[in-house]
Amino acid sequence: MASSMIGSKVERTEDKKFITGKGRYTADITLHGQTHAFFIRSPHARAKIKKVDISKAEKAPGVVAILTGQDIVNDKIGGLIAGWKIVSKDGTDMKLPAHPPLAHEQVNYVGDHIAVVIAETYEQAKNAGELVNVDYKILKAVVDTATAMNSETIYEGIDKNLCFDWELGDKAKTDEAFTKADRVVQININNNRLIPNAMEPRASIGDYNSSTNDLTLYTTSQNPHLTRLVISAFNGVHPEHKFRVVAPDVGGGFGSKIYPYAEDVVIAWAAKKIERPVKWVCERTDSFLSDCHGRDHITQAELAVQNDGKVIGLRVDTIANLGGYGSLFATVTPTYLYAPLILGLYDIPVAYCNVKAVFTNTAPVDAYRGAGRPEATYLIERIMDQAAREMEMDRVEFRKKNFIRKFPHQQCLVHNIDSGDYDAHFDKALKLADYNGFEKRRAESEAKGKLRGIGMSIYIEACGIAPSSVVMSIGAGVGLWESAEVRFNATGNISVFTGSHSHGQGHATTFAQIVADKLGVPMDNIDLVHGDTDKGPFGMGTYGSRSLAVGGSAISKACDKIVEKGKKVAAHMLESTPEEVDFKEGEFIVRNSNKKKTIGEIAFACYLPGTYGEIKSPLPEGVEPGLKETAFYDPINFSFPSGSHICEVEVDKETGDTKVVTYSCVDDFGNLVNPMIVEGQVHGGLAQGIGQALYENTHYDESGQLITASYMDYTMPRADNFPEFRIEYTCTPATSNPLGVKGCGEAGAIASPPCVMNAVIDAIGTDVSMPATAEKVWKAINNKAKSKKKAA
Amino acid sequence: MKAFTYHSASSVKEATKLASGSSAYLSGGMTMLPSIKMRLASYKDIINVKDIKDLQGIKVSGKTVKIGAATNHADVASSKDVQKAIPSLSSLAGRIGDAQVRNRGTVGGSIANNDPTACYPSACLALNAVIHTSERKIEAEKFFKGMFETALRKGELITSVEFAIPEKSHYFKHPNPASRYAMVGVYVAKHKKEINVAITGAQSFVYRDKTIEKALTEKFSPEALSGISIDSRELNSDIHASAEYRANLIISSAKKAVEASR
Repeated sequence: MASSMIGSKVERTEDKKFITGKGRYTADITLHGQTHAFFIRSPHARAKIKKVDISKAEKAPGVVAILTGQDIVNDKIGGLIAGWKIVSKDGTDMKLPAHPPLAHEQVNYVGDHIAVVIAETYEQAKNAGELVNVDYKILKAVVDTATAMNSETIYEGIDKNLCFDWELGDKAKTDEAFTKADRVVQININNNRLIPNAMEPRASIGDYNSSTNDLTLYTTSQNPHLTRLVISAFNGVHPEHKFRVVAPDVGGGFGSKIYPYAEDVVIAWAAKKIERPVKWVCERTDSFLSDCHGRDHITQAELAVQNDGKVIGLRVDTIANLGGYGSLFATVTPTYLYAPLILGLYDIPVAYCNVKAVFTNTAPVDAYRGAGRPEATYLIERIMDQAAREMEMDRVEFRKKNFIRKFPHQQCLVHNIDSGDYDAHFDKALKLADYNGFEKRRAESEAKGKLRGIGMSIYIEACGIAPSSVVMSIGAGVGLWESAEVRFNATGNISVFTGSHSHGQGHATTFAQIVADKLGVPMDNIDLVHGDTDKGPFGMGTYGSRSLAVGGSAISKACDKIVEKGKKVAAHMLESTPEEVDFKEGEFIVRNSNKKKTIGEIAFACYLPGTYGEIKSPLPEGVEPGLKETAFYDPINFSFPSGSHICEVEVDKETGDTKVVTYSCVDDFGNLVNPMIVEGQVHGGLAQGIGQALYENTHYDESGQLITASYMDYTMPRADNFPEFRIEYTCTPATSNPLGVKGCGEAGAIASPPCVMNAVIDAIGTDVSMPATAEKVWKAINNKAKSKKKAA
Repeated sequence: MKAFTYHSASSVKEATKLASGSSAYLSGGMTMLPSIKMRLASYKDIINVKDIKDLQGIKVSGKTVKIGAATNHADVASSKDVQKAIPSLSSLAGRIGDAQVRNRGTVGGSIANNDPTACYPSACLALNAVIHTSERKIEAEKFFKGMFETALRKGELITSVEFAIPEKSHYFKHPNPASRYAMVGVYVAKHKKEINVAITGAQSFVYRDKTIEKALTEKFSPEALSGISIDSRELNSDIHASAEYRANLIISSAKKAVEASR
C-alpha cells in the first residue's frame, strides 16, 4: 500500500481517454430524434431591431422551428443575470441593462443573439438562417474603454454608460500619505482584452421527456449545478428538481465556461418547446465573437514612496470595460477580485482604489484565468519596477524593503494573509535565474546586435474565495463552499462525488490521491464522479483555483467521517471501543494489540450487517448500515499562494521582435498533492500570461467589428514562442484548509505579464503597452532614439 | 458548406473536360476547403486533381527544377534534389504552415490561389519560373495579375512549375505572428545575369523591388541596402503591421536574405 500518494507525481488517470480520442465531449453526444440549432447573430455592434422576418426561412427544407426574441417574451423566459451586486460609492446599486437570451429590441455587440433556427440537420439550419431577414436601425457604437463614459448613452437610464463607480480603501488617509511622501511615482497602463480560446468550443444539447417532465441539458460547463440553478431560478425554464445538467468531458474553460450563456438557456427552452432534442455546437468564429472575453482595464496608479525606499501609499483609478451586458461574474472580477490584491505582497499602510465599470458595444467581459488578480499584479509589479528605476534603487532591494514578513498579516484593504515566506522564494528564484550573471548575458546579446532585458514579478494571489458568509455580505449571490460524497461499495472500492468540475485540471487523479492516502485504498479502487447534477450533491464548480483547497478539503472531511464511522464498526467487531481503535494505512487496529480489520472488511460489514457464510459482521447498536459520507466545506479564509518569477527577453533592434529567452519561477502553493499536475498548470498559466504580454490582442474597429475574430488575426501563442521553463517551489502550508494547499491554476497567468513587460522595458529603456508586439516595440525604440536626438 | 458534386480526375484531359464556369479544381484544399466551409465560396462541381499522375514529381535538369503542380510542400522540402539544386526553395517549402498543411498543400494550389501573403509566388518571381498549364507556358512575370488573380483562364490547370537554378539565393520570411503567413517575405536570387528580389506579403500581390535589385547588383551584400528607404505608400497596412513598419521589414528581411544566400 502506498502510504503517501500526496506529493507523488502520479500520472494522470484521465489522459488515456483524451490521448486516444475516447473522451466524450458534448459534441460527441447524439440523441435519438435530435435536431440541430443555428443562432442568428447581430452583424452590427449597436442597432435597434425593427423587424425579424422569418417567413421565408420557415419554409426552407428541414426547418423544425425558428424562435425569436418575441417568443422569449411570450414564454416569459427570464434574462441572463449578473450574480454579484456591487454598490457604488454614492450608495446606489450598480445599473444593469436587460439581457434577454434572444434580443428583441436592441442588439449590443457583434455576435449578440437574435433568433435560433432549428432544423433536421445543421446545414439546413444554417441555410435557413441565411433567409432570416432582420431589419436594423444601425446606431453609433461605443467601443473604446477610455472614452466610453463620454460617448453616447447605450442604455436609457444608464448615464455615462456607467455600471458602477466603486471604491475600496480610505481615500482621505491615502491622500494624506501622498502629501507627506518624498516622491510620487505614476504609471498609466492598459490590461489588454483577451479572448479565452478554450480548445473545445461551447456546445449544448437539450433533451425533454414530456411524459415525465424531465429536462436534461448537456453542456460545456465548469459549473453544472450553477447552470441548473440559474436557468431554473432566474430564466425560469424548468424547475430545478426536474432539470438535470450534465457537463461531460470539457476541453478547457479558463473561466469562460463558469456560467450559463444565452445559448444554454435557449437550447434548454427550445428542447422543451419542440419536444425533441436540440443540439448546438459553436463554430470557432462564434466562439471568438460571443464567448465572454477577459481583462480590458485602463489604469492610472500612483505610489507614494519615501527616500529610504519605503512605500507609504498607493492610489489607483481604473476603468473596466464590461462589454455589452453585465455577465455573471463580470461585476465582482474588477472589484473584489481585483482591488484587494493591488497591494501585492508588500506592507503598504494605506491604499485607495476607484473602479468605474463601463458598458460598451463589445462582447461581454467576465472572469478569465486569474480574474482580477492578473490586473492587480500587473499594476503593482509595474509600478514597483518604475519606482525602483526612478529612485535608482536596485529592484530586488526595493522590493525586499517592502515585503510583508510577519504572519498572519492584516492588509490595509481586505485580506488577512495567513502564511508565506517571500524572501524564501525570491532568493531561490534569483539563484535559479542566475540574476547576478545577467550583465554578462546582456553583453553577449549586445554583441549579436540584440537588446536584452531582465524582469521580475513577485506576486501574491487569493484562491478559493471564501468564506460564504463574508462574500455574501459583500454582494455574492451564492455561497462558495464545496461538497463531496465518499461512497464505499460493498466490494470495498470507492466512488467519490465532487461538486467541483475537471476540464483539464486532472481531478480524477489528484482527488483520488487524497482519498488513497486518507483511507489507505489503492488508486485503482477509487473512481471520481463529477459533472452531473443527478449524481453528486450540489456543488459550486471549478474556477478561481478553488477546487483542491475547497473541493479537496470537502473530500478530506468526508474521508474523516468515514474513518469515524469505521472506528465504531471496527470496535464492535473487535470487541473494543472506538476510542481504543486507531486507523492507519487502511487498517483499524486496537491500540497495543494485534487485533485489526481492514477498511474493506468494514465496508463489507456496513453493507452486509449480519452473518454471511462464515463472515460474521454485525453492526453495533444505533449504527446505520451503509458506508457513505457527505461533507460540505466552507473555508475560513482564502488561501494566498505567492511566488517569484524572473525572465529575460531578447529584442531585435531592427524589427522589434521580442522573444522570452529564459523564464524561471519559484512558487509557494503550500503543500503539493501532485507536483507533475502542478507543473502542467504553471506551464499553461505562463503560456497565457506571456501570450497576454507579447501576442494576444483583441481588436475591435471603430464600428465595433471584431477584427481579431479568427486565428488568422488573433495571435495565440505557440510552443515555439516559449523557452524551457525552470520551475521550482517553496512551501508554507496554508492554514485555512486541512490539506495546507493554496491553489496553482492561475498563478502563471497572474505573475507572468508584468514579469515579461518589466523585462521588455528593461531591454528597450522605454515604456510600451501590452501586448508588446514587434511593431510597437520597434516604434518605442525609434521614438526613444528620436527624443534622445532632440534632447541632444 | 453548401452541397457540391465531387469529381476525382485521373488525367489532365479528364479534369479540364469536367471544368465549367461554376467549378473549381481541388488540390491540397488548404485554402479552398476552409473558404467553402465558412461559406465564403461555393461551387457546383469540385474536381480533385491531386491524384493525376502527370501533376506529380520533381525533376532536376542542368538549369531548372521542375515540380509537378500537385506535389506537396513536404515532398519539396524533403527532396534531396531540390535541397541540392535550390536550397532556398526547399527551405521555403519546409516553413509553410504546419506539418499538416505541408502534407496536403501543393505548389500548384498555392500559385493558382495567389494569396498576397503566400510564399511560393515570391519563389516564382525570384527564380524566373515558367508555369506550365494544360494549355500553354506562362512566365512568372506575366502570371501574377493582382490580389488572388492570375493569368489562368477558366478551366486552365497548372501542370508544373519550372524554377531556374540560381547561383545563390535565400528566402527570408517575417511571419505574421497570428497566421504565420508572410507579413513580409523577401526572396533574393542571384542569377548569372541578374539579381531578382521578389517580395510577398507587403502589397496586394507579389512583386519585384527594382531599387533593392539595383543596389544588390552593384554590390551583393547586406551593407548595400543600409541607405535604402522604401516608399511605404504602396504597402499594406493592417493591425499587425503598418505600411511604415512593413517598409522597415522589407529592408531588414532583404538584408537577412542576402546574408543567408548560398
